[in-house]
Amino acid sequence: MAFLSYLISGLGLGSVYAIIALGYSMVYGIAKMLNFAHGDIIMAGAFAAFFAMTGAGLPLIAAALISMAVCTLLGVTIERLAYKPLRNASSLSVLITAIGVSYFLQNAAQLLFGSDTKIFPSVLSGSFSLFSGALSVSYLSVVTILVCLVIMGGLTLFINKTKTGKAMRACSEDKGAAVLMGINVNRIISITFAIGSGLAAIAAILLCATYPSVYPTLGSMPGIRAFTAAVFGGIGSIPGAFLGGLLLGVIETMAKAYISTQLSDAIVFAVLIIVLLIRPTGLLGKKVNVKV
Amino acid sequence: MKGIINSLFSQRRRGRTVSLLIVTIAFIVLQAMVMSKSLSRLLISLLVPVCAYIVAAIGLNLNVGFSGELNLGQAGFMSIGAFTSVILSGILNANGISGIPVLILCIIAGAVMAAVIGWLISVPVLKLQGDYLAIVTLAFGQIIMSLINNLYCGIDAKGLHFAFVTNDIVLSEGGKMLISGPMGATGVSTVSTFTAGFILVVIALLVVYNLIDSRRGRAIMAARDNRIAAESIGISISGTKTLAFVVSSCLAGAAGALYALNYSSFVATKFDFNSSILLLVYVVLGGLGNMSGTIISTAVLVVLPEMLRFLQNYRMLIYAVVLIVIMLVSNNAFLKTKAEQLKKKLAAGKKGAAENV
Amino acid sequence: MNYSNLFKTGLAAVMALSLAACSSGSGDNGGSSAGTDTAAAIKLGASGPITGDAAVYGLAVQHAAEIAIEEVNAKGGTQIELKFEDDQADGEKAVSAYNSLMDWGMQISLATVTSGAGQAVAPNYEQDNIFGLTPSGSSTAIIYKDTVNNKDPYGVLFQMCFTDPNQGTASADYLAGHTELGTKVGIIYRSDDNYSTGIYQTFKAQADKVGLEIVATETFINSDTDYSVQVKKMADAGADIVFLPIYYQPASQILVEADKQGYTPNFFGCDGMDGILTLDNFDTNLAEGLYMLTPFSSDATDEKTANFVKKYQDKYGETPNQFAADAYDCVYAIKQAIDNAGITADMAQDDITAAMIKEFTSMTFDGITGLSMTWSASGEVSKAPKAVVIENGVYVGVE
Repeated sequence: MAFLSYLISGLGLGSVYAIIALGYSMVYGIAKMLNFAHGDIIMAGAFAAFFAMTGAGLPLIAAALISMAVCTLLGVTIERLAYKPLRNASSLSVLITAIGVSYFLQNAAQLLFGSDTKIFPSVLSGSFSLFSGALSVSYLSVVTILVCLVIMGGLTLFINKTKTGKAMRACSEDKGAAVLMGINVNRIISITFAIGSGLAAIAAILLCATYPSVYPTLGSMPGIRAFTAAVFGGIGSIPGAFLGGLLLGVIETMAKAYISTQLSDAIVFAVLIIVLLIRPTGLLGKKVNVKV
Repeated sequence: MKGIINSLFSQRRRGRTVSLLIVTIAFIVLQAMVMSKSLSRLLISLLVPVCAYIVAAIGLNLNVGFSGELNLGQAGFMSIGAFTSVILSGILNANGISGIPVLILCIIAGAVMAAVIGWLISVPVLKLQGDYLAIVTLAFGQIIMSLINNLYCGIDAKGLHFAFVTNDIVLSEGGKMLISGPMGATGVSTVSTFTAGFILVVIALLVVYNLIDSRRGRAIMAARDNRIAAESIGISISGTKTLAFVVSSCLAGAAGALYALNYSSFVATKFDFNSSILLLVYVVLGGLGNMSGTIISTAVLVVLPEMLRFLQNYRMLIYAVVLIVIMLVSNNAFLKTKAEQLKKKLAAGKKGAAENV
Repeated sequence: MNYSNLFKTGLAAVMALSLAACSSGSGDNGGSSAGTDTAAAIKLGASGPITGDAAVYGLAVQHAAEIAIEEVNAKGGTQIELKFEDDQADGEKAVSAYNSLMDWGMQISLATVTSGAGQAVAPNYEQDNIFGLTPSGSSTAIIYKDTVNNKDPYGVLFQMCFTDPNQGTASADYLAGHTELGTKVGIIYRSDDNYSTGIYQTFKAQADKVGLEIVATETFINSDTDYSVQVKKMADAGADIVFLPIYYQPASQILVEADKQGYTPNFFGCDGMDGILTLDNFDTNLAEGLYMLTPFSSDATDEKTANFVKKYQDKYGETPNQFAADAYDCVYAIKQAIDNAGITADMAQDDITAAMIKEFTSMTFDGITGLSMTWSASGEVSKAPKAVVIENGVYVGVE
C-alpha cells in the first residue's frame, strides 16, 4: 500500500512536471530554442494567481484565467522584445538571452513582491479512501493528473487537426519551406509562445496548489526538471514530454522513498543518463537520420 | 625580425599571439597597479577568481566553440578539481609542506582528477548529440554536486578518513575536517596568487592553441562543421571529441584547484547548474572559438556585478538587463552591416594609403 | 578591423573604464548609508544576501540595522554610519563584499548574515584585525578555526545568535526532559544547508547521549518542492514528535503536507522557525502547538520590542523575524561597547578592535533577544534559550 501511495504522489508531481515540459517542448520544437525563462513564467503565473485570489478575493477559475492572461502576455512580450530580434542569430545567443530574461524576471519579482515566501491559498483539499481506508488519495492529485491528460489530448488535437497546428508542424520541420508555403513563421512562433506560456500558468496553479509556496525563484528548479523531462521523453514530442514528466516525478518520489532523500537528485539524473544511453533521442523522440 | 612578427601575426597564429598579448599586457598593468597600490582591495581580491574562471571558460570554449558540443556541466569539473585540491593540500599541510609547491601539486592533481573523470564521463556523453548531449552534461554536473555535497573527509595522524552521506568520522587529537558535506571545505590554507593565475591562463591558452593548430585540432573542427564528411575521410569522430572533452575538463579541474586554494572555505553547491551556465555565458559572449573574446568577456562579467554594488538590491536586475542588451546589440543586423561597411572603408583607406606611398 | 574585433575593443574599453572608475572613486560610492554626515562617524559595515534565494534574511538584517542606527544616532553621542553590501549568501561574493567594505573604510562590522558566507570571510577579519559581530551566522566555523573540537577561535568574531551545536544540544535536552511531547523522535532537516546540518549533527549526538529514541531521519535539499515522502516516512515510523531544525519557509510546507496526510505529531523547531506566523497567507492554525526554541518573539510586550516591531512594520510593512531582531540587538550592543570604551572614529584600527573585544568579553547587554547577555572570549553568546509554543496564533512561553 505504501508503494501505491508513493506512486500516486509521484504521478501528481510528475503531472506538474509534464505540463511544464509540454510548454517547454512546444517552444523548442518550433523555435528550436531552450527557453530557460520558462520556469520564471511559471513564477509570474503563480504570483498573478496568488494576488488575484488573496488580494482581489477572486475564485480559483477567475484567478486561473487572469494568471493565464498575464503569462500569455508576458510570454509574447518577452518573445517580441528579446527573442525575435535574434531570429537569425546562433541558438546559443538566444540561450544566453533567455538566461538574461530569467535573471531579470527573478530579480524583478523580488523587488516587486519581496523575497519572503507567500503561502498559496488552499484550493482543493480533502481525499478519498481506497481499499477500505488503506490507501488515501487526495482529490488534488487526481485533478492534476486529469488536467494534464486533458491538456495533452487538447494539444495533440490542436497540432494535428487545426490549420495553425499544421502550420506549427510545418515550421518545426523546415522553416524555410514553411515560409515558401506562405506561412507567417513569426506569427506561428508568437502563437507557440502564447500557448506555452498559457500552459505555464496552469502548471503554476497546479504546482502551487500541491506545494503552496510562492517566491521569486520558484520556477528555476521546476524549469530544469521540465527541461530534463522534455529531453527524457524526446524533445519536441508532445507525448514524450508527457511521459518524461510523469516518469521523472515517479522516479524522484521512489528514489526518495526507497533509496535516499539525500541522493534523490543524483539518482534521478543517473536514471536519465542510462535511459539516454539506451535511447539516444529520448523515450519517444524521433531518430534523425542526417543525409549527406 | 620582421619575419618573426609576420609569422606571429599570420592568419594561423594571430589568435594565439593576440590573446597572449592581451593577457600579458593585462597582467603587467594590473601587477603594476597592485604594486603602486592604485587598485582597490575589491579588485585585487577578484584577480585570482577571474583567472580561474578564465581558465575554465577557455576549456569550455574548446568544447563548445571548437568541438561544437553544448556542455552544461563545466562547473562540475571545477568542483572536482577544487575538492581534490582541498584533500591534497590537507595531506601536504599535515606533512609540513606549504606555499607554492602545494599550489602546483594541487593544480596538477585537480587537473588530472578532472581529466580522468572527464574521460570516464565522455564515453557515455559523446555517444549522444545536440541537446541530448547537453542534458547529460547537465546531469553529470548535478550528480557530481550531489555526491560531493554528501562527502565527508577528515585527516588526522592515522591518515585520511572518508564518509558518505552520514558523518561518522571520529578524528584523533589534532585531526582536522577537510570536507564536511554540505558545510563544504573549511580551513583551506590559501596559497593561490595572481601570478600563478596568470601562468595558468597562459598555459591554458598554449594548450588550447597547440591542440587547435595540430592535426587532431583540425579534425575536431572538421567533425564539428560536417560530421559525415569528416567521418568519410577517416576521422575518428569519437576520438577527436573525447580529446576536446577531456582537455576541457582538465582545464576546468586546474581552474577549480586555483579557485579552491584562494578561499578558506567554499561549498559544493557553489558549483551548481547556475555556475555552469555563467561559464557558458562568458564563452558565448566572448565569441565561440574566440579565446581573446572569452578572456575579456569573463573578466568583464565577473567584475561587472561588483561594480554595480552601488545599486544595492537592484544590481542583479541591471546585470540581467545589461546581459540581454549586449546579446541584442551584438546580434543586431543593422549594426553588423555598419561594422562591415566601416571595415571595408578602413581596408580601402589602408589600401589607398599604401598606393599613395 | 572586423566586427568581432570591434566588439572586443568595446568590451575592453568598458573594462578599462570600470577599472578606472573604481580605482579613482574607491571611496563612498553610494550604498545604503544610514548615518549622518559628520566626519566623526564610525564606519560600520555589514554583508548579507539582498538578492537571490536567501534575500529575505539579508533584507531583514539590513532593514533592522538601519532602524537601530537611526535610533542610536538620534540619541546623540558617537555617530555610526552603516553600509550594507550584498553577498548573495555565497563565500566568494562575501569576500568581494568584505573587500568592498574595506575599500570604504570599515572599522567595525556586523560580519555576515549567513553561515556559509561567514566561514569563508572569517580569516579576512582576523588578518585585518576587524571586530565583527554577526547577527545570525550561527555556524561554529565562523568563530572557530578548529571546527572538530571547537577550539582555536579567531578572537575578533562574535555572535549574537546561538551557535548551531548549542541549539542542537539544547533541543535534545529539552525533548529528553519533556517526554510528554513525544518519545519517538523523527527528524527532517535540509542536507545542503550549513545551519540545518549543524544543528542536526549535535542534536543527534546529544540525543544518543541522553537516550532519546530517533525513529526516522529524513532530509531535503534547497531545490526540493515535494515533502510528501519525508512526511509519510515520519508517519510510517510512528514518530510522535518531529524535530525540524530548518527555516520557517520549508517548515510551513511540511506542516501543510502533514495536515494533508492527516498526520498530527508534535513539531519542534529552533530559532529559524521564527517567522512562520508572519508568512503571507499562511494558515496559522497549522502551526498550533508548534514548539520552538527562540530567543525572540515579535509579540512580546516589553517596550523595546514593541517599539522595534512597530517601527519595522510602519517602515517595511512586515513583521520582523529573528534575523531582524538579532541585527537590531547587534547595533545596540556595538553602540554600548563604543560608548563604554569611548571609541572614536579617529582611533587606530587595532585600538578600536582591542577595545571592542575587551568590552564584549566583559560587558552585559540587555536586548530584545535576551537579557543579561555575555560573551565568551571565543565569541559565543550566552543567553537563555527560551522554549515557546504557539497557542491561538501567538507565542506562549513554556518551561
